Amino acid sequence: MLPWIPDAYLPLIFAGLMGFTLLLYGLLDGLDLGVGVLLRRATIDDKHMMIASIGPFWDANETWLVLGVGLLLVAFPVAHGIILGALYVPVLVLLLGLILRGVAFDFRVKARANHQPLWNFAFYFGSLMACLSQGYMLGHFLTNFANSWMAYGFAAFIGLCFIAGYALLGACWLILKTEGLLRQRAVHWARGALWLTAAGIAAISLATPLVSARMAERWFSLPNLYYLLPVPVITTALVLMLDRVLASLIGNDNERYSWVPFAGVVTLFCIASGGLAYSLFPYIIIDQMTIAEAAADPEALRVVLMGVMVVLPVILLYTAYSYRVFWGKAQPLLYR
Amino acid sequence: MTDPALLDAVMLSRIQFAANISFHILFPTISMGLAWLMVFFKVRYHLTGDAAWLRVYQFWLKIFALTFAVGVVTGITMSFQFGTNWPGYMNTVGNIAGPLLAYEVMTAFFLEATFLGIMLFGRGRVSETVHTLACFLVAFGTSMSAFWILALNSWMQTPAGFEMIDGKAHVTSWMAVIFNPSMPYRLAHMLLASGLTAAFLVAGISAYRWLRGDQTDEVRKALRTGVFLAAALIPAQIMLGDAHGLNTLAHQPAKVAAIEGVWTREASVPLLLFALPNAQEKRNDYAIGVPYGASLILTHSLHGELPGLDEFPQGHAPVAPVFWSFRVMVGMGMLMLAVAWGFAFLLWRRGNNLPRWPLRGLVAMTFSGWVATLAGWYVTEIGRQPWLVTNVLLTKDAIGAVPAATIFGSLTMYVLMYAFLLVAYVSVVFYLAQKAPHSIDHDALGGH
Repeated sequence: MLPWIPDAYLPLIFAGLMGFTLLLYGLLDGLDLGVGVLLRRATIDDKHMMIASIGPFWDANETWLVLGVGLLLVAFPVAHGIILGALYVPVLVLLLGLILRGVAFDFRVKARANHQPLWNFAFYFGSLMACLSQGYMLGHFLTNFANSWMAYGFAAFIGLCFIAGYALLGACWLILKTEGLLRQRAVHWARGALWLTAAGIAAISLATPLVSARMAERWFSLPNLYYLLPVPVITTALVLMLDRVLASLIGNDNERYSWVPFAGVVTLFCIASGGLAYSLFPYIIIDQMTIAEAAADPEALRVVLMGVMVVLPVILLYTAYSYRVFWGKAQPLLYR
Repeated sequence: MTDPALLDAVMLSRIQFAANISFHILFPTISMGLAWLMVFFKVRYHLTGDAAWLRVYQFWLKIFALTFAVGVVTGITMSFQFGTNWPGYMNTVGNIAGPLLAYEVMTAFFLEATFLGIMLFGRGRVSETVHTLACFLVAFGTSMSAFWILALNSWMQTPAGFEMIDGKAHVTSWMAVIFNPSMPYRLAHMLLASGLTAAFLVAGISAYRWLRGDQTDEVRKALRTGVFLAAALIPAQIMLGDAHGLNTLAHQPAKVAAIEGVWTREASVPLLLFALPNAQEKRNDYAIGVPYGASLILTHSLHGELPGLDEFPQGHAPVAPVFWSFRVMVGMGMLMLAVAWGFAFLLWRRGNNLPRWPLRGLVAMTFSGWVATLAGWYVTEIGRQPWLVTNVLLTKDAIGAVPAATIFGSLTMYVLMYAFLLVAYVSVVFYLAQKAPHSIDHDALGGH
């Protein structure tokens, strides 16, 4: 199968696919996790509208996590075992959080009226658990699963920053998808979350060269430094731009620039993820196991790649179609 | 419970996997069958123009959405379990399990999850044709998912189409891997189980609404659909189960020996209706059986020989759980046959003048499909032990390095969560049935 692709390229292709999938997961499920985290601050009517803005999408959004972890399992089985074994407890928290919020999503509108606040809380709390554990997992992974209070503290801090980051993404989604008072609240939520998000990106950027001399080398040796300098510069500029745009939206119902904060945050997260991928490459477990060492047998990868090449474009097409069907400001959701 | 290793990491990981998959499978079992029923309701509405069919569709849409959501989120757990608890599995058979799992995600999960959004909330935003197509794609996606996962599961039971090189499985023929000897039987058995589970759910909930005084055309239509579907599927399921049993005898004789409680090879084997398998003494206590029954069913001869449990040098499954799970499954199947046919006869003779006690019987059978499905899966999965992949990989050789205490903690958390969700799910399904006649639309505000 696919004889024109040399074996040596397969690990790289799958690392790229996995990175793409996890980034897409972070952006898509990130926005509905963020909406979940913000839910606790909203009024009853706002809660309905906030959930209506993500209702048709969340199932499919979560499927990107299954694909991302699935690709890790299929393409890098040894790394899958090591990473998920080391992250056993945060993985448990993530899964319990995702279960809780996923079911709360449905139960909250179907259960007895006096149980609804409980399910709303479950939705918020499950989202919070999921955000926190994802950040903690990244933080712990970046310190190479180090067993020290410093490392745990760092991981916990990244967990907090993930809550902020997803809340920022969710708030910007709400700016795009809602109107009036709720949209104004979303502007304030976004402003509140922006700086902790930026702190998280900064913390990861500073920590990675400290953890690994090799990563420091990749960034700070000449001439790499010159080529890479735009990355932190653009990141900083984006954060400042977001701050100004959000400030200009306060008390302003003009819809012309509603898309700007969301696009800005998405760009910010893409750049941050790109930087991180550059730091890690070619390792899948920092400085211990490369993607080539962790990769599954080429025969299995070729079979999967065949499927990916046929199916992934179709998935992207119908995902885009689904977003187009529900384009524009969110409407109250009705089963019809 | 004298064995000190009884609750070691292997046993705890097994219980955790069993708990996760048992809870998860409840929901796909409903949603696979119910998805096709949703298409049926929708198409009936289009063909007849009868608004009652649309109301049937709308009522069941809520339960479908709820069921689907619980299925999705509990399914995510499964993709993590392989790495966290069973790394040896992928290290040995990753070349086979990996692609099959990847194809499931790619061809099934995205399809069903994406079009679910349009199915649930897209009516009015897309044309009716596109909406019905979305319902169809959701149903198709759920069945595709079953296809891939049962291909993999069956391969673990009856592996084929591969060779072992340096302790790793390498595929020689994908056709032989996917369509391995037990796959067609197991897939059909599961799809029928799903259809039966959904049929009894629809019949049971409709009977519940009927008993509460809601005898509208809508409830009548759903009740008839559920009962007649169940009556049509159950004989097919019983015949298929028999064929599946013969297939198991050919390919996994140790499992059949455990099912029938045959400790040493014997001829003219009775069909045991009751017995307490005694693993210490390697015999059955208090056995009550139909003479020649098992020989007749499995070899189609009164004096046919069945292999004994002592013939398998690598060991065999624990007999009692397999033996009893099998009897629970078959017993439930017979009960389903009696109830479905009895009620179908009643509907034929009495029309809409239905006495209360048979309706109560249907309500009691609402979740009977779950019992039979779980019991069936326990037969097949516990029956595969001590192998994870028959004659290729022992379960104990696939275990990871997570300490037993940690697994005990996570298992406790999962079980608490699942117990809570099971109560919530069943009570909300009945609650939806209670308030159904009063509200068609206004309660659906918000999520799905």
